Amino acid sequence: MPILEGEGVTKYFGGLAAVSNVDFHVDEGEIIGLIGPNGAGKTTLFNLISAALVPKPGTIKFKGKNITGMKPYRICRMGVARTFQSVKIFANISVLDNVRLGSYFGKSPGLSSADATREAGEALEFVELSAMSATPARDLTLANQKRLEVARALATGPELLMLDELMAGLNATEVAQAMELVKKIRDRGITIVMIEHVMKAIMNVCDRIMVLHHGEKIAEGTPQEIATSDRVIEVYLGEQANA
Amino acid sequence: MPESIVTILDIAIGGLLLGGIYALIAMGLSLQYGVARVLNIAHGEFIMLGAFGTFTLYTVVGINPLVCLAIVGPIIFIIGFLLHSTLFTRLRISAPNPGAYEASSLLATFGLLFIIQNIALLGWGADYRAYSYLNFGVDLGGAIFSANKLVILGFAIGIGVGFYLFLARSRIGKAIRAAAQDPAAAGLMGVNINRVLAICFGLGAAMAGLAGVLYSMRIPLNPTMGLQYTVIAIIVIVLGGLGSIPGSFIGGFILGIIGEIVTYIDPSLSLAAYYFIFMLLLLVRPKGIFGK
Amino acid sequence: MVSRDMDITRFTSKGFFIPGLISLVILIGLATLPIYGSLYNVVLVTSILMYIILTVSWVLFSGPTGYMSLATAAFFGVGIYASALFLPTTGAVLPVLVVVLIGGLASSIIALGVGALTLRLRGIYFAIFTFGLVVLIMELLNWWELSVSHLLGRYVMLVDNNVIFYTMLGIFVLIMLTSFFIRRSKFGLAMRSIGENEEAASHIGINVTMVKVITFAISAFFMGATGAIWATKLTYINPHVAFNILFSFMPVLMAIFGGMGQIYGPVIGAAIFAYLQETLQTEFPYYYMLIFGIILVLAILYLPNGLVGLVQNLWKRRPGGQHADT
Repeated sequence: MPILEGEGVTKYFGGLAAVSNVDFHVDEGEIIGLIGPNGAGKTTLFNLISAALVPKPGTIKFKGKNITGMKPYRICRMGVARTFQSVKIFANISVLDNVRLGSYFGKSPGLSSADATREAGEALEFVELSAMSATPARDLTLANQKRLEVARALATGPELLMLDELMAGLNATEVAQAMELVKKIRDRGITIVMIEHVMKAIMNVCDRIMVLHHGEKIAEGTPQEIATSDRVIEVYLGEQANA
Repeated sequence: MPESIVTILDIAIGGLLLGGIYALIAMGLSLQYGVARVLNIAHGEFIMLGAFGTFTLYTVVGINPLVCLAIVGPIIFIIGFLLHSTLFTRLRISAPNPGAYEASSLLATFGLLFIIQNIALLGWGADYRAYSYLNFGVDLGGAIFSANKLVILGFAIGIGVGFYLFLARSRIGKAIRAAAQDPAAAGLMGVNINRVLAICFGLGAAMAGLAGVLYSMRIPLNPTMGLQYTVIAIIVIVLGGLGSIPGSFIGGFILGIIGEIVTYIDPSLSLAAYYFIFMLLLLVRPKGIFGK
Repeated sequence: MVSRDMDITRFTSKGFFIPGLISLVILIGLATLPIYGSLYNVVLVTSILMYIILTVSWVLFSGPTGYMSLATAAFFGVGIYASALFLPTTGAVLPVLVVVLIGGLASSIIALGVGALTLRLRGIYFAIFTFGLVVLIMELLNWWELSVSHLLGRYVMLVDNNVIFYTMLGIFVLIMLTSFFIRRSKFGLAMRSIGENEEAASHIGINVTMVKVITFAISAFFMGATGAIWATKLTYINPHVAFNILFSFMPVLMAIFGGMGQIYGPVIGAAIFAYLQETLQTEFPYYYMLIFGIILVLAILYLPNGLVGLVQNLWKRRPGGQHADT
C-alpha cells in the first residue's frame, strides 16, 4: 500500500483550476520529485496534501486513511510534515524553541519537557545547527533558516516529509549540502516528496519524478525517462538552462 | 389610502432612508479598509462631526443643512486626507508586514476615537442637541410622509450612486482601484500610492461626514453617538464582503430595511438584530455577499 | 508596534532572584496597606490593581497571539452584572468570593462562544466582533431593562472596603502567577508561535484554534472576576456604567505604553495611567481622555516596544551594554 496517494485531486480558485484531476502515489522509502514551470500548481498540491487547502473534488489518503479535509495539525500528528517555499520559521523565538515546538506538539501523545528538549537537540544535531541553539531564528542566514525548518519538521516525527523548494536561494555549496541532508533523511526511513527547480538536485536524488503543467500531471517516471521525454522538454523550453 | 399600505410605505421609505445612510457610511469604511487597509474604528466620529458641524452652521450661522453638505464634506475630506498622510502613512511604512500595519492602524484609530470624541465633548458638551429642518409633511397620494425623510433619501442615493460612478469612471477612481488590487504594481505604473491611499481615507471620512449632515436633520445629536454607527458600518461591510464597494452599498440597504422593520416591532432591538445577522454571517459565509 | 519581543527570560538563579525579591517586597507592602494607609489610599490602590488586572489579562491573550481583542469592556461588564444579580441590596445574596467566581465563569463561557465563532477566521473578524460585542450587550441589557424588567439599573450590596481591596489583591496575585507560568509553559510557547506564524504553527501539530480559544477564555475569566468585585465598589450600576468602551481602550493604552515584551511592562503602564486617571478624572474629565488618546497614538508611532522596551534599548546603548542580551 502506498504511503501517500491522491485520486482526482482538484482545486479551483475562482474559475481557474490550480490543480486539475491529479492522481499520484508515493511508496514508502521513496524520494519523489515534483517539478513543473512556475505556476504549475506544485505548491498548491502540497497545500492540498498538508491540508492548508481542501481539494474539491478529489481524495487524498495517507497510509490508507482518508485525510481529505482534516485539519493540518491532525495530519501532522499522523506523520506528515512539510517545509514552506517562503521559509516560515518563528522569527523571534530561539532556534531550539522553534524545534522544541515540533517535538512538543507534532506527536501524539505529547512528550514531556525533558524528552522534547532532548529530541529537539537531536534534530538540531542532525541538521548541524546545534551551535545556534540559543540564537533567535531571525538572525540566521537563509540556508540555516531552511535547515531549521527541516529540523522542526523532523522533530514532529514524520513518516512523510514534504520539502517545498528547499534549494531555492542557495549557492552551489549549500545545494550540495542540502542534497546530502535529503539523502540522510531518507536513510532514516522517511519518505520524501520534494518540489524543486534545481534540476541537478532532482535528477541525482529522486527515485521518481512527477511533472505538473497548468495544474495537470503531464509526465511521471524515473529521472532518466523524464529527462528524455519530449513533452517535458517542450514544456521546459528555456528552463533547461537552469539545470 | 388604507392604513396598512401607508404603514408599509412608511416602513419602506424609512428602510430605504436608513439604508441610504448605512450605505454611505459603509461605502466610506469599505474604501478605507478595502484600499487603504485601515479599519477605522473612529469612522462613526466623522459622522458625528458632520452632524455637529451642520448643527452649529445651521443654528448659529443659519446655513441650510443641504448647503452644509458642500461645506462639511470637503472639510472632513481634508481632515481625513491629512490624518492619513501623516499618521497612517508613517505607520504603513514602518510596519514589518501588512498584518502588523492592520493591527497598528486599528489601534491608532482607537486612539483617534477618543481624541475626536473628547474634543467634541469639550466643544459641544454632553447634552443631546437637535434642530428642526424640513419637518413638515408631504402629501403623496393621500399619505403623509415627512419631507426631510424624502430629501435625505434622495440625497443619500444620489451621493451613493455618484460616488460609485466616480470610482468607476474617473482617472482617480481608476488609480484607486489599481491601488486596491496591487499597490506595488500601481506604484510602478506611476500612481502616487501615498497620495491615492490618503485620498481614499479622506473620501471615506467625507462619506461618513455627509451621512452625518443628512441624518442630523432627523435625529438628536450627542458627541458619543458615533460608536454605534461604526459598529453598524462594520457589520454592513462584512455583509457586503470586505473590500467590495458595491457590496457595502447593497448591504447598507439590506440592513437598513431590516433595521426599519425591527424598529417597527421594538425600537431598542435593532442593533441586536444586526448583530444576530453578523453572527450568522460569520458562521455561514464570512466573506459576505461579494467578498473575495 | 505589537511587541512580541524575544522573551529571553533569564532564569539563571541570579536573574530570577532580584525580580522575585522585588515582587515579594511589593506584595508585602500591598498586603499591609490597610494597616498603615489611609482609606483614600486603599481605594486608590484598589482602582489601580483593577486596571493592572485588566491590562495583564488583555496582554495574556492579545500579546503573544497578535489577535486584537476589544472585548475587555464586555467581559468586565458581564462580571459587574453578575455581581448585581447575586449581591443585590435586597433578597438572597451569595458569598462575595462565589460571586467573583461566577462573574469570571460567566465571562469565560461567553469568551468560549465568541472565540469558537471568530477565532477560526482571520484576525480582523475577531477584532471587529469583539469591538461590537460591548455595544451589543449594552444595547441588549438596555432593552431588557426598559422593556422587560422595567428595572433601570441595579444596586449592589455594600461590601467593606478592605474586603474589596483584598479580593482585588488576590485576583491580582492570581493573574500574575497565571501569566508567569503560562509564559514559561509549552502552552505559552505555542501561543507565541501562533503570533509569529499561525500557518506554520498549525502544521507542526498545534491545534491553533483550541489554543486561541482557551487562552481567550482564561483572560476573560480574570476580567469578569474583576468586574464582579468592582461592582461592589460602584454600588449602583446600569448598562452604560457597566459596559463602557473605555474599559476596552484603557488596557490597550496601558499595555502598549508599558510594553508587552516583559511581564511587568503592562503592570507599569497600568499603574501610571490608572493613577493619572483617578487623579485627573474629577478635575479635567474630557481633557485627560483626550490626552490619553494622543498618548496612545504617539506610543503606537514612537514606542513600538513600550516604555519598558525603550528603557531596555537605552540600557543596551550604554558602553558595554551591547553584550548584555543575546
